[in-house]
Amino acid sequence: MGYISEESLDFIPLKLLEMGCLPGAEVQLVQIAPLKDPLYICVNGSHLAIRKETASKIKILKANI
Amino acid sequence: MPKNDIKVALIGNPNTGKTSLFNQLTGLNQKVGNYPGVTVDKKEGTSRLTSSQNALITDLPGTYSINPTSIDESIVLKTLLKKDIKESPDVILVVADVENLKRNLLLFSQIKDLEIPTVLAINMVDQMTKKGITINLSALEKELNTEVVLISARKNQGIDKVKAAIIRCHVAAKASPLCGINSKIDPDYFSKLKEISPNYSLYELWLMVTQNNYPDTVSKEEKEKLLAFKKDISKLKKYQHKETIYRYQEINKILKKTYIIDKSKATDVRAKLDKVFTHKIFGYAIFFLILLVIFQSVFDLATVPMDFIDGIFAELSDFVRGKLAPGVFTDLLAEGIIPGIGGVIIFIPQIAILFLFIAILEETGYMSRVVFLMDRIMRRFGMNGKSIIPLISGTACAIPAIMATRTISSWKERLITILVTPFTTCSARLPVYAILIALIIPNKKIFGFLNLQGLVLLSLYGLGFATAIIAAYILHKTLKIKSKSFFVIEMPNYKIPSLKNVIFDVIEKTKAFVFGAGKIILALSIILWFLASNGPEAYKNAQKNTIENSANKNLNEDDLNQKIAAVKLENSYIGIMGKAIEPAIKPLGYDWKIGIALITSFAAREVFIGTLATIYSVGSDDEDTATIKEKMRSEVNLETGGSRFNFPVGMSLMVFYAFAMQCMATFAIVKRETNSWKWPLIQLFGMALLAYVSSFIVYQILS
Repeated sequence: MGYISEESLDFIPLKLLEMGCLPGAEVQLVQIAPLKDPLYICVNGSHLAIRKETASKIKILKANI
Repeated sequence: MPKNDIKVALIGNPNTGKTSLFNQLTGLNQKVGNYPGVTVDKKEGTSRLTSSQNALITDLPGTYSINPTSIDESIVLKTLLKKDIKESPDVILVVADVENLKRNLLLFSQIKDLEIPTVLAINMVDQMTKKGITINLSALEKELNTEVVLISARKNQGIDKVKAAIIRCHVAAKASPLCGINSKIDPDYFSKLKEISPNYSLYELWLMVTQNNYPDTVSKEEKEKLLAFKKDISKLKKYQHKETIYRYQEINKILKKTYIIDKSKATDVRAKLDKVFTHKIFGYAIFFLILLVIFQSVFDLATVPMDFIDGIFAELSDFVRGKLAPGVFTDLLAEGIIPGIGGVIIFIPQIAILFLFIAILEETGYMSRVVFLMDRIMRRFGMNGKSIIPLISGTACAIPAIMATRTISSWKERLITILVTPFTTCSARLPVYAILIALIIPNKKIFGFLNLQGLVLLSLYGLGFATAIIAAYILHKTLKIKSKSFFVIEMPNYKIPSLKNVIFDVIEKTKAFVFGAGKIILALSIILWFLASNGPEAYKNAQKNTIENSANKNLNEDDLNQKIAAVKLENSYIGIMGKAIEPAIKPLGYDWKIGIALITSFAAREVFIGTLATIYSVGSDDEDTATIKEKMRSEVNLETGGSRFNFPVGMSLMVFYAFAMQCMATFAIVKRETNSWKWPLIQLFGMALLAYVSSFIVYQILS
């Protein structure tokens, strides 16, 4: 669980933005695929699977900070 | 289409029940142009709105946004940007899922800004109480400045309200942008853009620039001005990001006032199912178990109707021959057309069963979990998790499978998927396999429960799939294509499949197969019959010469007739063709009769059976109810005196059919989907070479 940082904006592909991956949005990691990739996340009510490569560009802030 | 029909474009995110709504609105009045030669990719249907007013509804591919990332999605953009009176929609019907309303409204807000009359249908409202959702409908309508209809397409609720809303919206022809969005990002920039043309809304102009898609109606001058905006690409990208964020801000504001969700009511069934279906062991185990069930049931369930169809057509041929006066027409009917049609009809059970399973897997939402499970593995072979759907669909028919690759946005991954999909065992190979297996593999059980014939068939599926994977790996390492691979899929909620959607899907795909491939097969059957029952000088003299040659051999009448027929076939046009290639295929264990079948089955693999049926029924026309299988079993290899279809020949043939791209329709679709001659030709010759070499090795080792 965490939040997408505002500074990630330029690195989030447009398509992900459109699917609800917005800066400031709460992200929950639902599951990791058996071979450690892709990741299954829930953000803004959308359940999405994205590759690690894409995910690594998005900075997540811990919920308790 | 009558002129006064309202043209409605149906748009929505994937998994919103858009197809359910389309099926409810149009019933069986739908047609799909999706076969070789037909370049239309959209589903259309007529809906009766009132007794005097119809609507022509176009079901556009599901998309999350107007900005396309795949070919499928770009169809949506192209349709919406059209200004042609005949084709551009009068009314847009946006379908949204009540549970994901926020994300669904993003697409809605983009469409609103195109300034085309729009109706919003919020679907699956029957789930609202269960999920703790409340919507203030009148407030939402006011905020969105749009008529909103609450529906449940699966339960057939609210469909009449949708129809009424379409009519009202069409009459009012009221259209206004929702966000007026772009001016708030950079007023100067966008007012300059707007000045280019008064014929388009600001958002349309913005889309033309960002998507590099200019409709024909844009003048040369306007286009040049628009192109000037493309110079600063980083600025464009930045503004697109800003635009999306701004849209979400507006949507959040609207939903705050109109949409309440009580999160405590959320159930965790989905989470529990996901834990199992995407588990590192159970996930794969379940997937392979499902595949096993599918293939076993295809083989078991389909045999009864297939034998039945086979028998019916054999009897029909005899019946026609018995009832009609002998002559060219009767021969054409009994030996050309009837077996030809039979050769198409016989596939329906298998194709329908396979598509039934695939439709159910897609409808339940399970397929997305498979994509998720397989992405990492498929990527190693230069493909994408989404490639799994074409590869599985390919077991039914390569044509819809190759079309299903359109959702893959990376060109390299898509191309590799297209090139290797024909290796998967499609249902056109099944009759070839089925008949050869029945001929060379004993119908025995091993370990008491495994059917040996079924096992061989399963290994052929395995062979096809393994070859596809290996070929993909080789292509991945050799193709020098730079293409950014971007992967994101939605994991939809699990659903009980709707019977109507599943059945419609099965009917649609089966119909496409029967009418598309069927025409080719039927035409070929007639050509074949002609080539087999006509020939040069030697053919015409066959009867006389044979009788003269056999005069002192004391043959009875039946044997003599059979001999005449065999000599006739040998000297017919097709016999000459088969003989011409015999030297080339002899090392594979085939004779000229099989050679004929190889030539004709380039059109489609299943023609192999039809050809042999034609050849053998021409070869022995005194048969009564013998089916193709029995005729093949009794075929003798003249050199060895043994059965022609013995074990080595059968195996060699199966390997040949596993690898060779014997399908004209696939060739055509690959040409269309890759928009080049290069790839289908590489595919054709590559697969043919592999088939030849492998069959050669198999035959030489086994014999």
